[in-house]
Amino acid sequence: MAKEKPGKLEVTSFADHHVITQPNPLRKVLLRVPESDLDDPVGRAEKALAGLSGEFKNWMTIEADRLSAAHAAILRSGFTDDAREELFRAAHDIKGDAATFGFPSAGAAAESLCRIIEHAPDLDQVPSDLIRHHINAIQAIVRERTKLDTAATAGVLSRSLRGIADEFLTYANRDRPEHLEAILTPSIIPTE
Amino acid sequence: MYRIDFNKLRFLICDDNPHMRRILRTLLHSFGAREAYESEDGATALEMYTHYVPDIVITDWAMPIFDGLELAQMIRQPDSKGNPYAPIIMLTGHSDKRRVTVARDAGVTEFLAKPISAKGLYQRILNVVANPRPFIKTKTYFGPDRRRNTNNAYIGPERRIGGEMEVMQQPSLLDKARSSV
Repeated sequence: MAKEKPGKLEVTSFADHHVITQPNPLRKVLLRVPESDLDDPVGRAEKALAGLSGEFKNWMTIEADRLSAAHAAILRSGFTDDAREELFRAAHDIKGDAATFGFPSAGAAAESLCRIIEHAPDLDQVPSDLIRHHINAIQAIVRERTKLDTAATAGVLSRSLRGIADEFLTYANRDRPEHLEAILTPSIIPTE
Repeated sequence: MYRIDFNKLRFLICDDNPHMRRILRTLLHSFGAREAYESEDGATALEMYTHYVPDIVITDWAMPIFDGLELAQMIRQPDSKGNPYAPIIMLTGHSDKRRVTVARDAGVTEFLAKPISAKGLYQRILNVVANPRPFIKTKTYFGPDRRRNTNNAYIGPERRIGGEMEVMQQPSLLDKARSSV
């Protein structure tokens, strides 16, 4: 859409690398405007996002049901590659979406589940209750939000699960330093 | 003061989650964008990339068929017929530092960890529009310069080999400590 043709590339060569520069192909979309003409695109977008919020609970329910379905498939047929992948993907989507949809504690519980799937040396050796409790917690947070006293209850629940999961993973990976490092390194996302 | 004329930008969104695609579309349209193409897997995204020639790609990491990381690697082929220089913003639920490094090494321009925010997305877009980085080509890497800042206080070997000065001799931290005693 920024129709300007790419500018001529300028290549500077060094012994083991080349530095390639070109005139900024997107510079025409950058407009200099007086401060009085500045609008607020971020505010506008936040308002639009708030307009979507009526759908968030429904979306979250769909995501939680997808997770439960993935878990049910594992209970039926075990941890096949496809089943593991689907469970991870469903949990990972909740991890990424839930805070935007207003369910940050569900996101935290999903993150904890993702870590179990990613770092457990053998998923068949993970206590089945550990996985089940994560999924039940996510379902409860999503479906019972109006009944849970406060968001704090959901927070306590997800933090407890994370603590237990971390304890399990730290022990299970005691001889796998690369996993141990990943487990113990703090996330780049601030906690809720 | 500057503002971005979003209606002149063409976006390609790649995310397998329909809810996240809807969120992204809503945000981009609110910013003023009119053209935002969507795909739900890396393979379709690559086809759309060639066909629509987007100005900016926003991609998830974990996706079926091939993922966002592979998509970035395929776009960043210096000899490809398509445009290997388009900014790629990786929007992902992965939140560990190791993943950021892997994405950077695949040629991703900006990394945005979920949960998404209007401000975070706008800032990444502003950055790729207003502050494009030169591209670096080595035997093992082709993509935007991974050095974002010039650090005059850097101590250590120069990892890029130049023409005349192949290795910058820097005192080791231990030597520095010894000399200051």
